[in-house]
Amino acid sequence: MPESTERSALTEAVFYILLSLYEPMHGYGIMQNVSKLSNNRVNLGAGTLYGAINTLLEKTWIKSVDSEKSSRKKEYQITELGKSMVEGELVRLKELIDNGRKIVGGEI
Amino acid sequence: MKYVVRKAYWNPEKEENWLNEMSAKGMALTDYSWCRYVFEDCEKGKYIYRIELLENIPKNPVSIAYIKFLEDTGVEFVASYMRWVYFRKRAADGPFDLYSDIDSKIRYYRKIRSFWTAFAAMELTIGFANVLLGIINSINFYMGLFVLLVGFIILSLRHNIAKKIKNLCREKKIRE
Repeated sequence: MPESTERSALTEAVFYILLSLYEPMHGYGIMQNVSKLSNNRVNLGAGTLYGAINTLLEKTWIKSVDSEKSSRKKEYQITELGKSMVEGELVRLKELIDNGRKIVGGEI
Repeated sequence: MKYVVRKAYWNPEKEENWLNEMSAKGMALTDYSWCRYVFEDCEKGKYIYRIELLENIPKNPVSIAYIKFLEDTGVEFVASYMRWVYFRKRAADGPFDLYSDIDSKIRYYRKIRSFWTAFAAMELTIGFANVLLGIINSINFYMGLFVLLVGFIILSLRHNIAKKIKNLCREKKIRE
């Protein structure tokens, strides 16, 4: 039986890329959106983003969309499979936060 | 104004630092061919430069698609030499790093490591063969020594990258 990776954590970059793509967006849009979402804590490198997009396309977690307004730049959007991955990740993150709060206490 | 600087770098990281120092002084790289750098005046610190080793030569469709993607994010393709590419981005547009997480850095450094491995192996083989030939021909002997020297310089570059990969892999055990 192949080793399961279904339950392992998403990387921070992938999680934020997937979140960004609930709206169709091109590469630069994703980079700006991720910086904005994280208050400039996460600044995606263009090479890192390019690699992640290609992997996510292969796994069909995201798809390319044809856009009329900017035919020059390729836009991407999250798929149903991608959304289910984000939802699974939220459950996992919630567990981490709940346990963290229970033991360390306080609001984060 | 255009300035031509002739300079040789073994280490692309030092070369990249130098290009960024030049940009900070108001000299922006606009072209490169073997050991020949062309600069033009620019506002001090206008550009951030990055040198990247691509998987394929820049004319390859895979590279073209990647370079186009970078250009869409505000990155300019400045020049290339073999598979090495010189990129720049306006500093005003925010930070410019091609790889931002440990995973992608490791993958990228591994690409550089195999480049140096292949290069060093070639130089050391040719160098050694020529030193052996040097038994009958002294020109081969000295040429062989020179090529061996180049091979050892490249081995040391490879060693630096290997160390970086090792550190990143250790870091990766506990964080992303």
